[in-house]
Amino acid sequence: MVVSQWSCSESAPLSFPTRITQGFDRALRSTRTVIERSEALKVPSNQENVTEKFAVSAKNIYKVFGRRPNEAVERLQHGASRDEITELGTAAVIDASFDVLPGEIFVVMGLSGSGKSTLIRMLNGLWDTTSGTVTVGGDLITGISAPKLRDVRRRRISMVFQHFALFPHRSVLENAAYALEVQGIAREERLARAQKTIDLVGLKGWGHKMPSELSGGMQQRVGLARALTADTDVLLMDEAFSALDPLIRREMQEQLLELQTELGKTIIFITHDLNEAMFLGDRIAVMRDGRIVQIGTPEDILTDPANDYVAQFVQDVDRSRVLTAASVMEPVRATVFASGGPRAALKVMRDLQTSTAFVISRDRTLQGVVRDADVMKLVRKGVTDMTTILSDEYNAVDENTYLSELFVPSVESPLPLAVIDERGRLKGVVPRVTLLAALGNVTTDTGELQVMEPPLTVSTDVITDALDASDTSSDAKEDAR
Amino acid sequence: MNDFLRIPLGQWVENGIDFITDTFGFVFDFIKLIISSVADGMNFVFTSPPFWIMLIIFAVLAFVARGWLFSLGTTLGFLLILSLDQWENAMDTMALVLVAAAIAVFISVPLGILAAKYRTVSTIVKPVLDFLQTMPAFVYLIPALILFRIGDVPGIVATVLFALAPGVRLTELGIRGVDSEVVEAGQAFGSSPGRILRQIQLPLALPSIMAGINQVIMLSLSMVVIASMVGAGGLGQPVIQSLSRADVALGFEAGLSVVILAIFLDRLTASFGSGKGYFRFIIESFNVRGRRAESAAVDAAANSDAATTEPAELTPPVR
Repeated sequence: MVVSQWSCSESAPLSFPTRITQGFDRALRSTRTVIERSEALKVPSNQENVTEKFAVSAKNIYKVFGRRPNEAVERLQHGASRDEITELGTAAVIDASFDVLPGEIFVVMGLSGSGKSTLIRMLNGLWDTTSGTVTVGGDLITGISAPKLRDVRRRRISMVFQHFALFPHRSVLENAAYALEVQGIAREERLARAQKTIDLVGLKGWGHKMPSELSGGMQQRVGLARALTADTDVLLMDEAFSALDPLIRREMQEQLLELQTELGKTIIFITHDLNEAMFLGDRIAVMRDGRIVQIGTPEDILTDPANDYVAQFVQDVDRSRVLTAASVMEPVRATVFASGGPRAALKVMRDLQTSTAFVISRDRTLQGVVRDADVMKLVRKGVTDMTTILSDEYNAVDENTYLSELFVPSVESPLPLAVIDERGRLKGVVPRVTLLAALGNVTTDTGELQVMEPPLTVSTDVITDALDASDTSSDAKEDAR
Repeated sequence: MNDFLRIPLGQWVENGIDFITDTFGFVFDFIKLIISSVADGMNFVFTSPPFWIMLIIFAVLAFVARGWLFSLGTTLGFLLILSLDQWENAMDTMALVLVAAAIAVFISVPLGILAAKYRTVSTIVKPVLDFLQTMPAFVYLIPALILFRIGDVPGIVATVLFALAPGVRLTELGIRGVDSEVVEAGQAFGSSPGRILRQIQLPLALPSIMAGINQVIMLSLSMVVIASMVGAGGLGQPVIQSLSRADVALGFEAGLSVVILAIFLDRLTASFGSGKGYFRFIIESFNVRGRRAESAAVDAAANSDAATTEPAELTPPVR
């Protein structure tokens, strides 16, 4: 895979083709994650190996600030609520458990005060857990000595901060090289390696500047470069883009995805912005009042919220940027096999009362569409090959395309959008009404909403006649033989 | 007045001091030996060269710190001191101030660091500092006089105690004021506490620490004058003389010399902390030039070996 450079201009919007490419990148990525996920779920018999399968694993972690934290945890474990233990301390995180898979972007989402920043600080031991264990890449990091903890931080886990937290008295390059300096790598080598990540995040030529000379977005790129130079498998990002203005935030999000695809880091991303969570996350943990209320893929959370709180939360989400064509598509009703011939096609179209049908090959690869009038002509002529009348007057989209990118093709095409997978196989269709229903979170399978298909342009009787006629004519031919 | 409730606190303290002098006399003799030799050495440095050498040194320092205007003012100020016949005394005072301030900084900055790091140290040190700061300055002179007898040393010890507080307070404040996220960043990449202190907290707290050092020096100067009551040399001598003789002329001349010294020391040390003047400029331009050259060299290296090594190193392991 070739490492591409980030563009240096921050305000230039990404062109449309780039977005499409990113869509595919993301598609590839999620496929890969799915594969890894299924591998990870093959639970090995040896229990010790289970934790090593996960990049980061948290088990029943609690964090209580206050005078008697242990007592508070005990009461929480026995079912006390957060408000009931206020005299013992403030419970910031209550019984959080989750496993993060290698190469995954795991987003922790919640409003301020929900405990997400506390949670992330327990994952690299900046703060101790009051109870529970955290494992990073197979190393237990709770309850170990300070030097051991520092060693884990150097080797396994790095962090990007909300307000950048750059060292203001050091140049951009020295900032980026910091992790290597701590690891005791010689100056020459660490600066050379830092220069490479500086280039990678699109700051080529800015290495000798001081952080104060950079804009916010560029400063956060330095923060990212500093974390990437450490070359750890796990990257913690604490509201990393929250302090940036919306345009730059969007650009950084897209570039983070791009970078993640290339470098395959495990990223744990904290945010209060649900759209950001939905855009970045392979999986999302929603937090409320110190507890994780739901963990799931963006689609799970959007379509199947665990409780009213999550449901209320997701109602403002831009669904068109989360749902994909595959998640809303309908089964294709009118499909005909290219090898089946025009008579079979015409029968199907008559039975379904539709004027067009998708033509697929035996392995379900989409060939094109045919119209009833054209098919009927062929039938009348007695031709058995449909390739002459195959039309490409349809729009096909990849199954991982976001709904926001379906509107234009949907408007341009008179037919429902064909949804295909990466091998060009027809998976389903997205009629316009489905698109609208998906945005409004209305189910289309209740039967009340009719999926509109273009009605027959030729009347049923005429078709039947034509079929009968061709029957007799073919019978006649056979007779003649 | 109130014989019943009179607590003989003063008597107890006196007994305590007596006990200390009797038991630990040798310790104080030792301290006295060290301080007096340092003070004598410093005195020698300031008073032995002819005045014009010192004048040139001060003027150059002033120029480096703030520029030509301050340099000119310094020259005129010290010429005035010379013409008032207070040069010797002024140099004595300068030596005493520097020794006292150096000892005070040597104690107060580490104490401030400890106080910033450990809450318990902070809670213990705070009332002690309040005590030291508000106790009338003359009172320090009494035990100092008993423990170290007459001369420069009790003056220096009393001055150190008096000048300690702002050094500790501003160091603690400066280190506590360093952005906690930046410190967390150091921790998150696996830095040891010592490295974080050295590379992050101290450099970022430097302006505040320098302000503290500036205050230490200014307080030392004011105390050194008072310390002449127990026999410390310098500009305090003519001040006390004029006080006992009601000599307005001498008092004014000596007092003015103190003011000139104070302004010089204040402006000079303040400029180190706030980054004014050529001092900072010289350091920075040197650093930036070094960095430019360095990053250019790194660029060149990266470009030259780009064809061979770069793809191999940058390509991530395919999962």
